[in-house]
Amino acid sequence: MIIGLDVGGTHTDVVLLGENGLEKQVKVPTDTSALFQTVLTGLEKITENVPADEITHAVLSTTLTTNAIVQGKLSPAGMLVSSGPGIHPEAFRTGEHYFVIPGGIDHSGREIEKLDTDQVRAAADQLERAGIQHVGVVGKFSARNPMHERQIAEILGDRFERIFLGHQISGNFGFPRRVNTTFLNASIYPVHRNFFEAVSHSLEKKGIQVPIHILKADGGTMGFESSIAFPGQSILSGPAASVMGSVAFAPDYTETLVLDIGGTSTDMAVLIKGVPLLAPYGVDINNYKTLIRALKTQSIGLGGDSCVRVVDGELKIGPDRTGKAMGYGGSDPTPTDALLVLERSVGGDRDRSLKGIEPIAALLGISVEEAAFEIFDKTCRKILAGARQMIESINSKPVYTVKEALEGYQVNPDHILVLGGPAAYFAEHFENISSYTVDTVPECQVANAIGTALSRTTCEITLFVDTQKGLATAPEESFSQTVDLHFSRIDAHRMAADLLKQKAVKLGAKTQDIETELLEDLEFNIVRGFRMMGKNLRVKQQIKPGLIHDFKAISKKIADSCIQ
Amino acid sequence: MLKALNKTGLVFFPAFDWAISATHPEREERLLYTQDQVLEEGLFDIEGIHEFKSEVVDIKDVQRVHFSYPDVWQVMTESHFISAGGAKTIAKAVMEKSINNGFALVRPPGHHAMRVVHGGRGFCNVNNEAIMIEYLRHAFGIDRVAVVDTDCHHGDGTQDIYWHDPDTLYISMHQDGRTMYPGSGFPQELGGPNAAGTTLNIPLPPYTGEEGFLYAINEVVLPVIDEFKPELVINSAGQDNHFTDPLTNMLFTAKGYADLTRLLKPDIVVLEGGYSIEGALPYVNIGIILALAGIDYSHVIEPGYDPDKLKQTDSITQTVKQTCDTVKANWAQREAIGQRMRGSQEYAERRRNIFYDTDGIYETQRETLRLCPECSGALKIDSTSDRGAHLLAIHIPRKACNNCWDLGRQWFEAAKPADYDMICLQDRIDDTYQIKQK
Repeated sequence: MIIGLDVGGTHTDVVLLGENGLEKQVKVPTDTSALFQTVLTGLEKITENVPADEITHAVLSTTLTTNAIVQGKLSPAGMLVSSGPGIHPEAFRTGEHYFVIPGGIDHSGREIEKLDTDQVRAAADQLERAGIQHVGVVGKFSARNPMHERQIAEILGDRFERIFLGHQISGNFGFPRRVNTTFLNASIYPVHRNFFEAVSHSLEKKGIQVPIHILKADGGTMGFESSIAFPGQSILSGPAASVMGSVAFAPDYTETLVLDIGGTSTDMAVLIKGVPLLAPYGVDINNYKTLIRALKTQSIGLGGDSCVRVVDGELKIGPDRTGKAMGYGGSDPTPTDALLVLERSVGGDRDRSLKGIEPIAALLGISVEEAAFEIFDKTCRKILAGARQMIESINSKPVYTVKEALEGYQVNPDHILVLGGPAAYFAEHFENISSYTVDTVPECQVANAIGTALSRTTCEITLFVDTQKGLATAPEESFSQTVDLHFSRIDAHRMAADLLKQKAVKLGAKTQDIETELLEDLEFNIVRGFRMMGKNLRVKQQIKPGLIHDFKAISKKIADSCIQ
Repeated sequence: MLKALNKTGLVFFPAFDWAISATHPEREERLLYTQDQVLEEGLFDIEGIHEFKSEVVDIKDVQRVHFSYPDVWQVMTESHFISAGGAKTIAKAVMEKSINNGFALVRPPGHHAMRVVHGGRGFCNVNNEAIMIEYLRHAFGIDRVAVVDTDCHHGDGTQDIYWHDPDTLYISMHQDGRTMYPGSGFPQELGGPNAAGTTLNIPLPPYTGEEGFLYAINEVVLPVIDEFKPELVINSAGQDNHFTDPLTNMLFTAKGYADLTRLLKPDIVVLEGGYSIEGALPYVNIGIILALAGIDYSHVIEPGYDPDKLKQTDSITQTVKQTCDTVKANWAQREAIGQRMRGSQEYAERRRNIFYDTDGIYETQRETLRLCPECSGALKIDSTSDRGAHLLAIHIPRKACNNCWDLGRQWFEAAKPADYDMICLQDRIDDTYQIKQK
């Protein structure tokens, strides 16, 4: 059986999935000031009366590191940054302990300026004096050649508790993002490490010794222990959890729009034949643009508890939220109140909702029922408009080859999957006012935890081959191998696939879940003085986000049990 | 956090699957290292810098500028449609004010493509800038435009297209035509009799450095633009003046290109040539983008940069100064020069031979221009190629007077299909393109 745990803003969902589908679910209130405790309580409750040996593994999606970043509770980290020509690295300063070290590597990985090792030592002394324990090291173009980062690491030696090297964190280009990502990794390391230790001890005490994975922003998982070296991977997994929760129920022949309607906001994502779309570059968090892989999700400030008011004779919904809906004890009318008034949902205090909608109806000069319908209708339409906007922005992304430009592939979903609290009430109306077919995700109150539990391990690899130099390298994996002049694109695909599989297994993947996919496949002639000297090959492969091998049986059970 | 002072738009279209041939300088890899540098610098993440998806130009956009033989599809590949589309995309965004300025980093280039196109010349088939400018005139009512061509090769295609247009100021600075393809672009090339002085050429001697380029900008280009008062300034930004370029002999630098951009303040920049794909392009392009966006570029210093070694000699400084003086004098006397060229004739004739080096085609042209006191004049080009093509191209200019409009249509009516392979009328009053064929 698999445990899936997803920490949400107000409560934490934990599920236990097994051959009978959803075997057990618990909900514990999220205590943001003691997230450790929340997680531990959740795990304790879900494992109560469950034989330890029946649990195969657990996947956690937490907001611990995310909160640390958003709330600015970062532990101080030092940064050593070296850079060749371009924008001055001072522009990317992350804080007080930021040192620019002379030295440069060019776009092709050649050293164009030697590293100033004296300045590295001087910076190390200063960091040590300041009591810094965690250090990030980033060089420009280290994703091509990490030589300077390694030299710096060597000089720093064991004077610091942990050193994070930019090239190990991502194989993608983007120096400012690499600086940010490395800095965040170093800054949230202590909180992530403490969390890991607390969870491991607690489970150990209970006699549960199963592999624990964490969910990442790209909807994939990685081994908890591996994540200690990449704590940044644990951020912003929340939106990914619900997207993955919908994957099991998405058709695999068409494009699906996923709408997760919450209290404050609605999160949107796109699935192409059941596979979620990834964001280009990486996540943005608290003004830090990073290289952390993430699903393409977009949030609009419109949810079940958004405030409704009339401004200049016009209905306005959101983006603010003051609390719960009036029908649930809140102070302002909301779309949820509209649903209660329309008797499309039950459970709340309809009389209170009526009181909330009445003044709005009066201002609009219509009946309370009409006003409630207007509110509900407008909420649905605004959500769909937001979704259209996201799709437009996805389709306006530039492409770099003639073939892609002319093929002009456009994302164009024709199906909607709704999840979140009021999903069922919205689904029908979405269908009425649009040309989409609409479904709801079964058990959508805990779909996020189910998604967390069922996600597979993902990772990505970038391989560069220069047959003129006779070298194949994947700096992120510390991989380098000589190749001959006849090394082909197909050879490169094979080599990248092997590296990817090794990496995935190391990160905790099961071999049956390793499904590789080409993300980038470029081949260039290297010409010097009008003569072809070799080939430059660039291959990027990934294990795409998806669900583990056994998911179909489990998700079918979940869907079936819902129908009953 | 880094923020651009200007809103700057970029279209980046490296055409990673298009080349003239496997080892040709105009090949897939050309913008690869530039892309790496752009991505590694994180330029698209800077607040104020916006990347646009390139659109594709349509056949009407091309026919507003070119007479293509045998037709547009035969002289253009898909990549040309997208490359010109990149320039158009940036131009639209500038006109719609979603950006202050922009850079179309596209290939293939276009500034050697002339009005009549039988094939490829100097790696160019169609003129990206001209297609963009004529689109802007058509769609946004733009009138006066200045094109400053800073490619190391004379932009003879753009010059040809605007030779008779007094509303387009074309200034080219390039390596002296006696030492460099295409062998033209001398100060005495000043435009046709109806547009004398709105074509200006500043040939620079081999080994001209930062000082010479910036001198020409400050002494000639900027004052002339000030006087011309264009609504838009376009920069055809070839990057082959760089000291590492394999096809040329200049000593220009990334910082120099950035300085030039900062001084010129172009609204739209379109990439032209530049074949030092590893040593120059990544740095020059970054320099230009940062300069456009108003971000500090002082740290953009390419490998091998040595101000002492890259300093031009005193004799070059002298030559550049003399050339600039000549160009300034011509500009000042442009009215008189035009009058002298027109004399009392009613028509001006011009015969030319044009070589399409990329495709190995020889073309002979006989051009007839009406010397009109009211407009830039109806134009007729009788063009034959050594491949046996015979074409009559008639151009009615955008602001043609009624007489020239009538004349152009009469020429078209009177021409006998039996005498030509193709007779074309480019009517810019109606915005139509008509073809008569056997």
